[in-house]
Amino acid sequence: MGEVDFLLWVRGPGLTIAVAIFLLGCVLRVFEIYTLGRTPDLSAPRENRPGSGWRTIVTRSVPSGEKVKRSAGVLVPGYLFHIGFFVCLFFFVPHIELIRGVVGIGWPGLPTPVIDLFAVITLIALLVTLATRLLNPVRRYLSTLDDWAGWTLTFLPVLTGWMAYHHLLFSYTTMLALHILTAELLLIALPFTKLAHFITLFVSRWYNGEAFARKGVAS
Amino acid sequence: MSASLERGLNALREVIDAPTASYLASCVRCGLCADACAFYTETGDPRYTPIHKLEPLRRLWRQEFTLLGRVGRLLGLSRPVTDTELAAWSELAYDGCTLCGRCSLVCPMGNDIAYMIRRFREGLAAAGHAPPGVIGAVRRTLEQGSPMGVKLQTLQAQIRRQEAETGLTIPVDVEGADYLALLSSMEIVNYPEYLGALARIFDRAGVSWTLSSEAFEATNSGIQIGVTDLAREIVLRIVNAAEKLKVKQVISPECGHAFTALRFEGPNLIGRPYGFGVVHILELLDQLHAEGRLELDGKRDGTPLTYHDPCQIARRGGVIDQPRRLLAELAADFREMHESGKMNWCCGGGGGVSANERAEPIKLKAFGVKKRQIEELGVPKLVTACANCRITLEEGLEHYNMNLEVVGLTEMVAEHLAGESKE
Repeated sequence: MGEVDFLLWVRGPGLTIAVAIFLLGCVLRVFEIYTLGRTPDLSAPRENRPGSGWRTIVTRSVPSGEKVKRSAGVLVPGYLFHIGFFVCLFFFVPHIELIRGVVGIGWPGLPTPVIDLFAVITLIALLVTLATRLLNPVRRYLSTLDDWAGWTLTFLPVLTGWMAYHHLLFSYTTMLALHILTAELLLIALPFTKLAHFITLFVSRWYNGEAFARKGVAS
Repeated sequence: MSASLERGLNALREVIDAPTASYLASCVRCGLCADACAFYTETGDPRYTPIHKLEPLRRLWRQEFTLLGRVGRLLGLSRPVTDTELAAWSELAYDGCTLCGRCSLVCPMGNDIAYMIRRFREGLAAAGHAPPGVIGAVRRTLEQGSPMGVKLQTLQAQIRRQEAETGLTIPVDVEGADYLALLSSMEIVNYPEYLGALARIFDRAGVSWTLSSEAFEATNSGIQIGVTDLAREIVLRIVNAAEKLKVKQVISPECGHAFTALRFEGPNLIGRPYGFGVVHILELLDQLHAEGRLELDGKRDGTPLTYHDPCQIARRGGVIDQPRRLLAELAADFREMHESGKMNWCCGGGGGVSANERAEPIKLKAFGVKKRQIEELGVPKLVTACANCRITLEEGLEHYNMNLEVVGLTEMVAEHLAGESKE
């Protein structure tokens, strides 16, 4: 298979397969969780606080208090790479065009040099998270194959995308094909690995917020 | 597979519900929960990272409750949870966790880790890996009515003593009283002045109350050990006594987990809502004060003092402002700890740790955070509202040669009743 065929495959059947597995996987994971159910809580709630779970979904995104100081080494690169990743994913014009092509909606993108900067920030932040995973005793101790695989699958699409844009290593066509392929691998892995937190964190925060609110504590 | 392991694994399968599955699926092993836990910060041992304390539960969930895990199991790629493993985790989940729930407020994913450790203990207990000290406490509760083996006669002797001291009658088994007051064994044995304080306060405030000779002990070691059946039996005693005496409210004493056990777990244990309300003594005192029924002498104590929030009362019970409103009336120099209220640090003795002799060394280590918090303030007096925290604090202070007076807030209120000047 030549590089053009490779590119055509990843842009065509490859993408379809990846998106299908991703969507089915997401539905399955949510199904796996909700079908377990939970017993209704019969204790009298402290006060009626509608929306506590939803509030926690928002408030947990903003680290506060001592946690920031105590865990800055993990929090800062973590936030940076998430923000950088999302900016590159959703505000790079070719990505928006791809989304427009598939689902029919689009939005204005950011200038390419800005995306370039965000890609570099993301790559550096990801390298720092890898370093803390290797060096921080707690993170190293907790790490499983899931974590190393999750990191690699997140890092590769950013790296290959950035390299394709700068025409590094391979020809643009090959690099772009590799970029799309690694993005597809990430898409497939998303629902089945720890990366599934991109969905389940909303479920978890909601449960947490509701449980604490029942006791009169904002979480 | 041994029968006890099978029982343990079945108990674990039982406790995996939607929130648990969501929490386990969400964990990215960032390790932030470690920084929130006194057992980790004081030992620096990564094994004490909160989420790791339930690792066998996570493995079982992954292997049996997720598609990839099931496939892995079919292909023989996963290692099943073993009895040796559960035995090894007993130390982490019982000795190294007070169920304080600080990690649950810190996790960026929103994982309620304390909720899961509480459930994980169900499996450990069923597999026979609960610590002997906690098993003993449960056995004494079931056989004698109290985790410390305190019998009704002991309580009666303390009642007589407190009646003599206060000159008041302490009502027992009065049907139709508004409130049923409960005690913890720790109070009966070590801090009976709490009972005298109640008598004086309720006499002043005109509160109709009673004790019950059938249910005077509020604590619930069944919850601490993680055996729902036993926890149900223990809480039913209180429910039966309260419904028999037809009280409107049951007052949880100055004990942290007794409050959450009765207030939030109890109805779920017995499978129905109560026919009465549950109120923590601090909530009641605050309410009486707000209603103008609890008149204080206005002589605020000038001693610099601070307040230790019992985890189960504050973070896991929502009683945070009440003690502060009361202290504003009682103390002229109240100093707040650096992290307090819902983000307080545990004393190290909750969740069954203080009943678990095996955990003694780690408990004293975990006290290190509290020690630093107190030292930062440099106060000579520490107020709290949990007899178990109080004894843990006193032991910790003694161990580290710190000279601090530890008092219960209810007694402090009783000392400051209007028109009852104590010389």
